[in-house]
Amino acid sequence: MTLDPLLLSRMQFAWVIGWHILLPAFTVGAASYVALLEGLHRATGRGVYLRVSNFWIRIFAVAFGMGVVTGIVMPFQFGTNWSGLSETAGDIIGPLLAYEGLTAFFLEAAFLGVLLFGRTLVPAWAHFVAALMVALGALFSSFWILAANSWMQTPVGYAIVGGRFYPMDWLQIVFSPSFPYRFAHTVVAFYVTTGFVVLGVGAYTVRRGLFHDEGRVMMTTALSLLAVLVPLQMFIGDQHGLNTRRYQPAKLAGIEALWNTGSEVPLTLFALPDQSRERNDYAVEVPYLGSLILTHSLDGTIQGLKDFPTDQRPPVAIVFWAFRIMVGLAVLMLLLVATGWWLRYRHKLFDTSWYLRACQVTIPIGFIAVLAGWTTTEVGRQPWTVYGLLRTAKSVTPSLSGRDVLVSLLVYAVAYLLVYPTGLTFMLGLVRKGPREAAPAPVEAGRPQLPVRRLPSSPQSEEVR
Amino acid sequence: MTEPTLSFVGVWTALIALGVFLYVLLDGFDLGVGMLHGFAHDAADRELIMNSIAPIWDGNETWLVFCGVALLAAFPLAFAIIIPAVYFPILVMLIALIFRGVAFEFRFQGASRRAFWDHAFQAGSFVAVFAQGMVLGAFIQGFRVDGRHFSGTSFDFLTPFGVLTGLALLFGYGLLGAGWLIIKTEGALQEWARRQGRLCLIGVVIGIVIVSLWTPFMEPRIAERWFSMGHILFLWPVPIATLAVVVWAWRALAGSADAAPFVAAIVLFLLSYLGIAISLWPMIVPYHFTLWEAASPPSTQAFLLVGALFLLPVILMYSGWSYWVFRGKARSDIGYN
Repeated sequence: MTLDPLLLSRMQFAWVIGWHILLPAFTVGAASYVALLEGLHRATGRGVYLRVSNFWIRIFAVAFGMGVVTGIVMPFQFGTNWSGLSETAGDIIGPLLAYEGLTAFFLEAAFLGVLLFGRTLVPAWAHFVAALMVALGALFSSFWILAANSWMQTPVGYAIVGGRFYPMDWLQIVFSPSFPYRFAHTVVAFYVTTGFVVLGVGAYTVRRGLFHDEGRVMMTTALSLLAVLVPLQMFIGDQHGLNTRRYQPAKLAGIEALWNTGSEVPLTLFALPDQSRERNDYAVEVPYLGSLILTHSLDGTIQGLKDFPTDQRPPVAIVFWAFRIMVGLAVLMLLLVATGWWLRYRHKLFDTSWYLRACQVTIPIGFIAVLAGWTTTEVGRQPWTVYGLLRTAKSVTPSLSGRDVLVSLLVYAVAYLLVYPTGLTFMLGLVRKGPREAAPAPVEAGRPQLPVRRLPSSPQSEEVR
Repeated sequence: MTEPTLSFVGVWTALIALGVFLYVLLDGFDLGVGMLHGFAHDAADRELIMNSIAPIWDGNETWLVFCGVALLAAFPLAFAIIIPAVYFPILVMLIALIFRGVAFEFRFQGASRRAFWDHAFQAGSFVAVFAQGMVLGAFIQGFRVDGRHFSGTSFDFLTPFGVLTGLALLFGYGLLGAGWLIIKTEGALQEWARRQGRLCLIGVVIGIVIVSLWTPFMEPRIAERWFSMGHILFLWPVPIATLAVVVWAWRALAGSADAAPFVAAIVLFLLSYLGIAISLWPMIVPYHFTLWEAASPPSTQAFLLVGALFLLPVILMYSGWSYWVFRGKARSDIGYN
């Protein structure tokens, strides 16, 4: 058996980034949610917002710590396994990745400590500003990493000199054609992910009955946010699709498993795409709907996969199904939110046991959708790293043997399978403890305990109204 | 793509050199403390030792990320050749750092399995440092390069010289860690730290001597750099100063001063760092590409410099402030409890 370092490197990257992305998927939203709660507390003066905020700050801290630790792995992947990409495109993606690192670093250094440990030590407004800055900082981190990703998906503002990418216009590079859509789509996805976590944990808290007020606040804030965010996300996703059709037609054809170019294209709901025979088996199609959705007109033309040489097509089945999982979950999300609002309208939200359970069960829904969406866009851009210009096969480190990568992949596999369950157990413990005002936030992996503990201890009780 | 009119190579060389030195110094001492802490006599001492680095250790670690991404952005060719060449040391280091972080976290969560996490923390520290030492060894030995790619195998790093630098760095970080503990502790524990420091210093001196004698034989260009007539006139103070600092460090460890051992250790690291820089200058990929040849274009370096010059001072000031607030002896009642 021959081990292919390229395939194994791709698996390794998918593995380490797949686990890593779960943490920002939660922390980006959690940071904003905490800022919102702090704002609500300042506006209304109600102590319950503060208790809920402190509760989520504790969980946020653990997730952020794990995000830092697993994040350290990421930039090194571009060297260990993707040195071809670094050498060819480092002049452009290098500073974008570096800005991401610096922003996270900056955020961590300057504001996170105040948010986590400083409530009794700085004025209330300063604590609120820290919460806002952490939320903003998390968004900026996403900004840079998605700028790098988007440039690779839709490269502009470059020249190719001596076989390497040379930056010509940084404004174009940062704001590449797919960037606004990808950024909006990803950030809202992260917000939605957090929303369902909060909704589910709120439902759990309500069911337990120990912290009824806090549980209610979590559920109502989450439902209010999700009522806006989920439909908004569907709209942004649609716009993102139009953008993909324009700039990455092969990816779009893969998503729809569309082999032949045509107008009045049906929408394929179910199919088993067969890459080698260039056809779909057992296809279930809705006439005209494909054109309608993808071009916003009944007879819009969509390019099929056969328009592209076989060595320039993405693996169709993966992209097709990952996309359908994402959209299916989106529909489920909409249903959950709508049901929640209907129950609320009937004043039965907090007493409908099956709905509370459903919210609890669907806590991971956003994470799964994020992974599915990420799979769609990353597998869909194959076989390219820099779309249409640099092949993934040319991006991999040339010195690696298959055995090298197999070893590293196994090591990462074992490490993450140990670390993640441990971290999850820890977070579940915090959820079980509930939004009580106990000792100061436990210290989490990857976070310095702030100087504040050094100062004369101020009882936390004063924050409880 | 060098445009002689405007170059930021010097600035970025300085920034990355500073970043690497800060990382080695800061994470060096807390990794050293991590290694030493397992040898402490009892649980109370271990607790105090951990508390002495609790507030700052992971802030130290983030300099590693800075060095990584700054190298990628400012010298992408160096990044693309060096990192693959040290594939396994990097892998081992990253995994060790992950486990070290997790162990640190969990030892403070439940007392029940504290001994287990303590061992994990110590082991993680040892492994991470040894891996970093091997990276250093591979760097000094230079890389096999074909065109613009590393052309060796992923096991090129595994040489006697690499093992030597790995061991030397264990003692070096141990020395820094001992120096830190002397500042942060008192009484019997401090005495213990002084003994550990002296032990480490012996290891460091042996390491420095062997590396200094070995490298000129290994690489004629290094011999030429140090021993040609024009150079030796300027360079003789470096080994002399190193000798003087070793004596100073030994006396400080044996004496009663709190801060002197740590300061002496820092100066010793600075001199070793300088020695390596003199040997390799101006190579960033020894012995194939100079800093200028591996640099990204001015446009790239300038683009990142704008942000770095704004963000770095803030990060530095904040880090300095945390150290200031946490000054003084470590106490058992302060820290994670």
